[in-house]
Amino acid sequence: MEYLIDGSMNKWELILGLEVHAQISSRSKLFSEAPTNWGADPNSQVDLVDCGMPGALPVINEYCVEQAILTGLSLNARINKTSIFDRKNYFYPDLPQGYQISQFEYPIVGKGFIVINCDGVEKQIGITRLHLEQDAGKSMHDQEVESSFIDLNRSGCALMEIVSEPDMRSPTEAAEYVKKLRNILRYIGSCDGNMEKGNLRADVNVSVRLPGEELGTRCEIKNVNSIKFIQQAIDYESKRQVEILESGGSIKQETRLFDPNKGETRSMRGKEESHDYRYFPDPDLPPLVLTDEKINKLKKTLPELPDDKKKRLMSEFKLNDYDAEILVNDKDIAEFFESTVCGRDGKIVSNWVTGEVFSYLKRIEKNIKESKITSNKLGGLLDLVIDGTISNRQAKEIFEDFIDSDEDPRKFIQERGLVQLSDMNEIENLIKSVLQQNPKMVEDYKNGKEKLFGFFVGQVMKVSEGKANPKIVNETLKKLLK
Amino acid sequence: MTEFSKLSISSAIKGLNNKDFTSVELTQYYIEKIQENSNLNCFITPTFETALEMAKKSDENITKKKQRSLEGIPIGMKDLFCTNGTRTTAGSKILENFIPFYESTVSENLWNSGAIMLGKTNMDEFAMGSANTTSFFGNVINPLNPKSSKNSELVPGGSSGGSASAVCSGLCMGATGSDTGGSIRQPASFCGIVGLKPTYGRCSRFGMIAFASSLDQAGPITKTVEDSALMLQSMASFDQKDSTSSRKKIPNFLDFKNIEIKGKKIGIPKEYLIDGLNSEIRRVWDQGVNWFKSEGAEIVDISLPHTNSALPAYYIIAPAEASANLARYDGIRYGFRENEKDIKELYEKTRGKGFGKEVKRRLMIGTYVLSAGYYDAYYLKALKVRKLISNDFEEVFKSCDLILTPTTPNVAFPIGEKQTDPIEMYLNDVLTVPASLAGLPAISVPSGFNDEMLPIGLQIIGRPFDEISVLSAGSMIERLRGF
Repeated sequence: MEYLIDGSMNKWELILGLEVHAQISSRSKLFSEAPTNWGADPNSQVDLVDCGMPGALPVINEYCVEQAILTGLSLNARINKTSIFDRKNYFYPDLPQGYQISQFEYPIVGKGFIVINCDGVEKQIGITRLHLEQDAGKSMHDQEVESSFIDLNRSGCALMEIVSEPDMRSPTEAAEYVKKLRNILRYIGSCDGNMEKGNLRADVNVSVRLPGEELGTRCEIKNVNSIKFIQQAIDYESKRQVEILESGGSIKQETRLFDPNKGETRSMRGKEESHDYRYFPDPDLPPLVLTDEKINKLKKTLPELPDDKKKRLMSEFKLNDYDAEILVNDKDIAEFFESTVCGRDGKIVSNWVTGEVFSYLKRIEKNIKESKITSNKLGGLLDLVIDGTISNRQAKEIFEDFIDSDEDPRKFIQERGLVQLSDMNEIENLIKSVLQQNPKMVEDYKNGKEKLFGFFVGQVMKVSEGKANPKIVNETLKKLLK
Repeated sequence: MTEFSKLSISSAIKGLNNKDFTSVELTQYYIEKIQENSNLNCFITPTFETALEMAKKSDENITKKKQRSLEGIPIGMKDLFCTNGTRTTAGSKILENFIPFYESTVSENLWNSGAIMLGKTNMDEFAMGSANTTSFFGNVINPLNPKSSKNSELVPGGSSGGSASAVCSGLCMGATGSDTGGSIRQPASFCGIVGLKPTYGRCSRFGMIAFASSLDQAGPITKTVEDSALMLQSMASFDQKDSTSSRKKIPNFLDFKNIEIKGKKIGIPKEYLIDGLNSEIRRVWDQGVNWFKSEGAEIVDISLPHTNSALPAYYIIAPAEASANLARYDGIRYGFRENEKDIKELYEKTRGKGFGKEVKRRLMIGTYVLSAGYYDAYYLKALKVRKLISNDFEEVFKSCDLILTPTTPNVAFPIGEKQTDPIEMYLNDVLTVPASLAGLPAISVPSGFNDEMLPIGLQIIGRPFDEISVLSAGSMIERLRGF
């Protein structure tokens, strides 16, 4: 469905491109051996390079290079066998070298694409490039009235800047793009995708145009750090641009900031105030040269990516598109599903994961890894359902208590007297007594009111206190009602 | 009693090992010499206490027969090399009180070889200068005087002026220098001593305060060629901490003694016969050619067609890199700061007061040539010229083994001269800059004197990583020059 912004005069098309900054999950920094522990004491994760000491020299972290290559490969992108590190020059107190080491003209990764899924419709979003760069430190202005403070723990951390083509046309598409990208990064482990910690953040380029016309002037909204804010920022910014254009104004190319409290964007600096970064190749670093051998070796270590996994889950476990999509959207969930389904019915496991497990996690506000749910626990419980020891309904009723306990599933249900009634004779006796007590209903059923079948099942379950095996109840009931 | 003032490093090593004297005695001698000659202003920070401690340790090692290659040899350390716990200023007000908590690889290598630090030698601010007149800590004076005016004070050359003057006047046995466009070779030539710029990448740049990273290279300043080889042996190393340091095998540089000049092809580049080349220097150059001939070398006329463009290219590339390298001196984390409420003002005043005039001039040039709209015309073009110059050398080294040129177009000049027109000062580097741009090893060896008895150096340029041949040719000049 086409997304258009309703102006007072026209309908406007929205053009979006994203620059995502993803911090590489690496134990040490891009050009120094300093550790990257999050939340450590200020200035405790700092090496000579990270605080710009005289005579300090950068040395590339090979692990970060490999992560960038893996990421490039997973974005279906070209890996550039020669790339160059440049200095991006500007003065800022949290930029200790007075320049950021980045890649300008020759990035490590070139053109690629990813496929996003919006309401079941697939769309390809182009990736322009991916390059490696250093993060800056952090200025703190709220510690003391008279002074500002600087924390250089983040200074020099490895970032991948992933630039998209202006291929997105709605806030939802932008959100789906970021979600998909984050998911891919998590699958390969190059970035943890944690937006709250700032390990993944986006600069959003927004412009509007009348459908079919040339691209309009864009504004860049800097450093948006949640998917919700990305959507809000786009929403606000696109409407602001439409209002200006419809009242005869023109858009000024500028950098803007999103204020999550007010839900607005506001101007940070205009084009004329924009920095001249005076990029030039960093003479401390030789060109980064990669061999085919290295790239191919890394290619072989690439894990199954979400799109492939989805296809496989659908064919291997006969899952539908929707369920498979939900499962692969979270790497941990997908892994949990796969380790649980092992030897069990895919549909049942999928229903349980997307049903009970999801609602449980939502209630306790934790992710699967933080929760007490394990594949063994859920699998053990489901085995009791599959072999008929307890009913699916019983299993659902006790699910949360069972997870919170640390008991063996069989012992857990036995202690609570939950074992399912599967004895044919006993069930037959129960059914017979239900039928005897409801002669009128039996009459009606036999005269064609087949809907009443459910009523009988319900009655049997009621008298069995929910313990009767529904499968046997169904079969026996059908037989007796003939 | 040994006459210390006449000692070279190699003879001092023998004397120490023979127990003719101790390292403490030797060190004490140099400490006194430095104190007597403080007017030359060779040292920014003397480290006499440290020196005597190190000397004591060296004497112990010698007694235990555990001596290392430079055990007990007192040297000067250019104040560009960060020394752990000892103030390192780069000749600048902005680092006036900077005490590093880490050691440069070159100085560490030297201490690990047993060398003794007498102090940190004076230098042009951030190694930007050719006369040692830009140091925040004052001019360095060349101990040599013209014959006809004994009171005229001459520059020692720059930027390693403190090191050169100290070695020349016998205040240390040798000293480190750094060479970006001639900062070792030119002062060595002006002071009548030996200065070697190794191949780019031979010595680690870690802990050496950067001026122009693609050109900076540490090297020794010594009285003799043999001493140069001895010091370089310690200074050179592959270093994980410097991505541009070379993994090439480091030879035994003293093997230069086994290299024959006979049969070598010596290139004489016609482009180095520049306008303004002093006629006495021209004469010494011709003399040098004859020495090589007399030793059985073959003289080859060669052409390095892009030589003319080397100086302008250098004065674009070096300032461009410097403009970024010196951005870290912002008063935020260390060094001089002019406190201001507004961050922009803090930067402007800190850097405005912290840097001297020449440094500011080069930072402005560097910023300009990298600016949007000028980058292609200046910086990019200069890189292309640099490539052409490298190609020139590569081409001529197909037909010759070494290149012989003068080191400088003129001899040492009086302090105060060439101060008004920076271009005139920059022209000092015209003969040394091409080898820098190509990253080639080059040595300056004293080869003669002018009428005023001021020294004239000849430069020998070699193939990449062929320091041995360069040293061998230098040693031949030493042998034949007759002084």
